[in-house]
Amino acid sequence: MKKEELYAKMATAIIEGRKSEAEDLAREAIKAKLDLTEVIEKGYVPGIQKVGELWEKGDYFLPELITGGECMKAAMAVLQPELDKAKIKTKSKGKVVIGTVEGDIHDIGKNLVSSMLSANGFDVVDLGADVKLEKFIEKAEETKADFICLSALLTTTMLGQKKAIELLKQKNLYGKYKVLVGGAPANQKWSDEIGADGYAENAMLAVKLAARLKGA
Amino acid sequence: MTASRRKGKKMIKTIRPKLELLSRRFIEKIIDEAYEILDKQGIFVENKEALKLFTQAGMKVDKKTSRVHLKRRLVEKCLATAPSVIKLYDRTGEREYTVGGDEVHFDPGSAAVRILDHKTGEERKPDTKDVVDFCRLTECLDNIHFQSTGLISADVPHPIADIYRLYIGLIFSRKPVVTGTFRVQSFRPMKDLLAAVRGGDKALAAKPMAIFDACPSPPLKWSNLTTQSLIDAARAGLPSELISMGLTGATSLVTISGTLVQHVAENLCGVTIVQLAKKGAPVIFGGSPASFDMKRGTPPMGAIETMMIDAGYAQIGKYLNLPTHAYMALSDAKTNDAQAGMETGVGAVLGALAGINVISGPGMLDFESCQSLEKLVIDDEICGMAYRLISGIAQRDEPIATDKFEGYTPETQFLSMPHTKKWYRMEHLYPVIADRDTYDAWVALGKKPIAQRASEHIEKLLRSNPPALIEKDVRTELTRILTAYAKANGIESLPALP
Repeated sequence: MKKEELYAKMATAIIEGRKSEAEDLAREAIKAKLDLTEVIEKGYVPGIQKVGELWEKGDYFLPELITGGECMKAAMAVLQPELDKAKIKTKSKGKVVIGTVEGDIHDIGKNLVSSMLSANGFDVVDLGADVKLEKFIEKAEETKADFICLSALLTTTMLGQKKAIELLKQKNLYGKYKVLVGGAPANQKWSDEIGADGYAENAMLAVKLAARLKGA
Repeated sequence: MTASRRKGKKMIKTIRPKLELLSRRFIEKIIDEAYEILDKQGIFVENKEALKLFTQAGMKVDKKTSRVHLKRRLVEKCLATAPSVIKLYDRTGEREYTVGGDEVHFDPGSAAVRILDHKTGEERKPDTKDVVDFCRLTECLDNIHFQSTGLISADVPHPIADIYRLYIGLIFSRKPVVTGTFRVQSFRPMKDLLAAVRGGDKALAAKPMAIFDACPSPPLKWSNLTTQSLIDAARAGLPSELISMGLTGATSLVTISGTLVQHVAENLCGVTIVQLAKKGAPVIFGGSPASFDMKRGTPPMGAIETMMIDAGYAQIGKYLNLPTHAYMALSDAKTNDAQAGMETGVGAVLGALAGINVISGPGMLDFESCQSLEKLVIDDEICGMAYRLISGIAQRDEPIATDKFEGYTPETQFLSMPHTKKWYRMEHLYPVIADRDTYDAWVALGKKPIAQRASEHIEKLLRSNPPALIEKDVRTELTRILTAYAKANGIESLPALP
């Protein structure tokens, strides 16, 4: 199969949400000793970009969007060991520490954002749900993150977003990380009020927001 | 047949119109699958006390994962001890409400974090005065039988946010209250407030005036907070309302019937916890599921599929002989527009037709997050329509009409007939808010949209009805309990009440 043909197939696999095909194509690329950076850039990335476009146009709904993200992640998981072996560093758009704040076990929204960020080239450390606020900061320090993303579904737990920022201030780390907030009760006003760096209405907008803040 | 012989005949029984979406076979299949999941996959219960109760009842509990495998025989035993009818009492203890059978009681949608200011038309955070107005208004509305702790006052610190709304509700309204805890430690002081109104724990258990909502987290998980609320309420003799809330395709299966299976499984676990905590304790089979919007990731409460899930599980709850509850008669609109009326109207009517005992929703906009006093007033009228519908078409007299037509001439006046005067108020509603004016009268009155008419009506109601204040000595006691709890949480001052 020609390179271009393979790339087109990769994009289609992502767009149509066929996970095992996306993985198989990644294996094929490894076997053919292709330039894996190019494989990602010309094969898979156009696929996930198209998924984003279709979603924005209103043709794709959340199941297609999230499936596209999952396929992208699956393909990357196949490629990653090879990239590591060859000591190839993929260009990360930024490092993100994400989780749902303590006391809140809701994680659909957070998973969507996490998945979309990761599918769109961000390096994501997902801490899961009901995460202690200190843990976000510890992990951000440890991984030298660019972003801390705090999710909350409940009006009662969204206060954790505010507390996390207060905690950053206490530790003299405020401003070191871009803090993004999200979840049903959050909005731009809330983000401004608590001194966060941004809020996004949905997962795709979160990707754009992060990209904008990173200047990527 | 002569008129005198007709008079001796029995009146024809009025049919209570009813909505049923599931066949008996379908109900049984859903329940069977729920049992199978509870047994095989088990359910997460993040509460040590509950897990201990399960272990004592002979269930397999994985302590490491907090998962319990529930056997059908235990759940059925618990269902047998759960009461099918609950009596709820108002603040005076004199007025009794039956929660069971096909009785319907509306209460305002609860725990809104925002209010739609009826004077400015803007959404904002509510404060103490808003909560007071909300409670006072609820007290005035005849078709809203229960009050709810429907607004979270932003001018008090978070640790007392749950108890504070109950405190205000008890002072300003006589109606039974639908409430719930935000923190495990809040149950005690909230129960103390209720007991102070009744004159002791025993008196409270004998005449409960509050329902405590407890929400499992879909899929198949009961958190520590909500499980503890179930246990505490059961032991205090207070009814718990199980608020299972799968989102189709996001936190439960995408199919309505699939969501029903999970809903039933979660609720059956709740019933079991309540009965293991205290045999015979009251528990309501409720919920707040939604048809997840796959485009926007939102949980629309006004979707017809949401209402179908509600009517479906309520029918299953009835089959299980339990009182029922649902979040209906509310809207996702952001303002009191046509959508608000449409979704609320459809929900109120379907909920009433389904015979759901407690229907929480009136006043609520924006996915259960914003209360509107105007909407509450409008919705009271909608609920009135729903009540009228389920009261059905009655045979008021015997014969129905023939005797009234004796001596009929083209000059016969229906308007002046004694028969008209006798029945017109019983047979028909005369709305205050809905526009029934002629076009010219509507223009002359200033072409007011419904929200404006409702807003004016709020002012009128609050002006003309003095607050239904609780007795002074009880109020002092309530304030003492709240203040002590606030102090224990490091809160020294509280807003002054009007």
